[in-house]
Amino acid sequence: MKHDRIEKNVGLLGVLTVVAISFGGLAEIVPLYFSPQMNEPAPGVVPYPALQLEGRDIYIREGCGNCHSQMVRPLRAETERYGHYSLAGESVYDHPFLFGSKRTGPDLARVGGRYSDEWHKLHLLNPRDLVPESNMPGYPWLAERVLDGADTPGKLRALRRLGVPYSDEQIAAATAAVAGRTELEALIAYLQGLGLAARTWR
Amino acid sequence: MTAGWTLFVAILVAINIGGSVWLMWVTASRRPGEESATTGHVWDGDLVELNSPLPRWWLWLFVGSIVFALGYLVLYPGLGGWPGTLGWSQQQQWQQQVAAVEKATAPLFERFAAMSVAQLRADEDAGRIARNLFANHCAMCHGSDARGAVGFPNLTDGDWQWGGSEDAVYTTIAQGRTGVMPAWGEALGPQGVEEVVAYVRSLSGQAVPAAAAQAGAERYQVYCLACHGAGGTGQQALGAPNLTDDVWVYGSDAAALRATVSRGRNNQMPAHLGLLGEQRVRLLAAHVLNLAPAAADAAD
Repeated sequence: MKHDRIEKNVGLLGVLTVVAISFGGLAEIVPLYFSPQMNEPAPGVVPYPALQLEGRDIYIREGCGNCHSQMVRPLRAETERYGHYSLAGESVYDHPFLFGSKRTGPDLARVGGRYSDEWHKLHLLNPRDLVPESNMPGYPWLAERVLDGADTPGKLRALRRLGVPYSDEQIAAATAAVAGRTELEALIAYLQGLGLAARTWR
Repeated sequence: MTAGWTLFVAILVAINIGGSVWLMWVTASRRPGEESATTGHVWDGDLVELNSPLPRWWLWLFVGSIVFALGYLVLYPGLGGWPGTLGWSQQQQWQQQVAAVEKATAPLFERFAAMSVAQLRADEDAGRIARNLFANHCAMCHGSDARGAVGFPNLTDGDWQWGGSEDAVYTTIAQGRTGVMPAWGEALGPQGVEEVVAYVRSLSGQAVPAAAAQAGAERYQVYCLACHGAGGTGQQALGAPNLTDDVWVYGSDAAALRATVSRGRNNQMPAHLGLLGEQRVRLLAAHVLNLAPAAADAAD
């Protein structure tokens, strides 16, 4: 019974456990860090403009990702409903990515341009004004809160450090692009930009 | 994936499978000097722990899973860049699914392609497909019952903002529409807005102060006539609504009209040709025309 030695020595057991479970990660995850498919933007994908980036932060803050995924899987039923399946290259500028795995609401990876800005505005304020059977909460405060854009250049700089190619001009103009706009406008700008690049692929 | 990474993955997989085999081997066999059938632990004087090897059937499950893994790695892409002898890929599977459905529905859509929109309206298969398309692509704005909402036209009333001909409805769905009502608040002033609102409401027979409506009529000639026409009957070519009927996209009460006149409206129907393709848009056009009451249809 050689395994006595492992079972009676917690330190050794811990080290060997880590070794055992690292195998999967080393084989499945590590090569992807170096794969061009994962690291190069898909055709038409550009870094978020400042206002959309602020909208994305509001999307995260309000927990939209708890009910909406942003990942069209390569299954016919999904591509029929949403459009082209998602590619890794669409998320290269997303830190963090918002794939999600919960679909209480529909997937939003291809929602850009589907509805008018006015629709999004009314729908975010009170979804039941437009879709009586909807169980999505309303977000009326978004229309009242105005962004000042003070943090926006910092956000762009932080993302640039992570590899998103923002230019100095974009960072300098970020505050002006955001200041005075409501959170509602920023969120709608973000939603209307989702998946637009994919429209050119078909 | 580069050859280096393929090798990296292959080595890890080989170590993993080899390690599993070795672990199974050493734990399943009794070693020399290990004669006892118990672990040697004793509790409460006579309670001992058996040191039996794994049951055979359990052991064979392990062996089976290792054989399965080896077969899987040959057939499917599991070793880095190795594509597998079956040539399976996620994209290919998706393409096959799409192709299979397209093959099954091709005869149907070929039939639809040869039909006019009027014929599609009478076709049962076309209607069933169009109802699903409507639920998926149109119901969010126009409602699952197609009765619309404030700002989103009711499709069941037989009143058409942009025309109710087959071509017009097809174009509306395929290319989308952008209806713009300019904001007149600055030009008219608060008093002027009130007067125009009074006149517009009088057009559809609502009770309004006569003096205000009279003053509004003059302003109407200057600001509103170009789009909504002399009698207020609108122009479908511009998407300018008829003001004399009881169909109101944004409401006909004084408050709603005040907002419309002073701040303007910007209404957008998104284009769907790129999303759905010509055949499906034609099915939807037929379905939408069927939503209108038969009487209105006959009047067209």
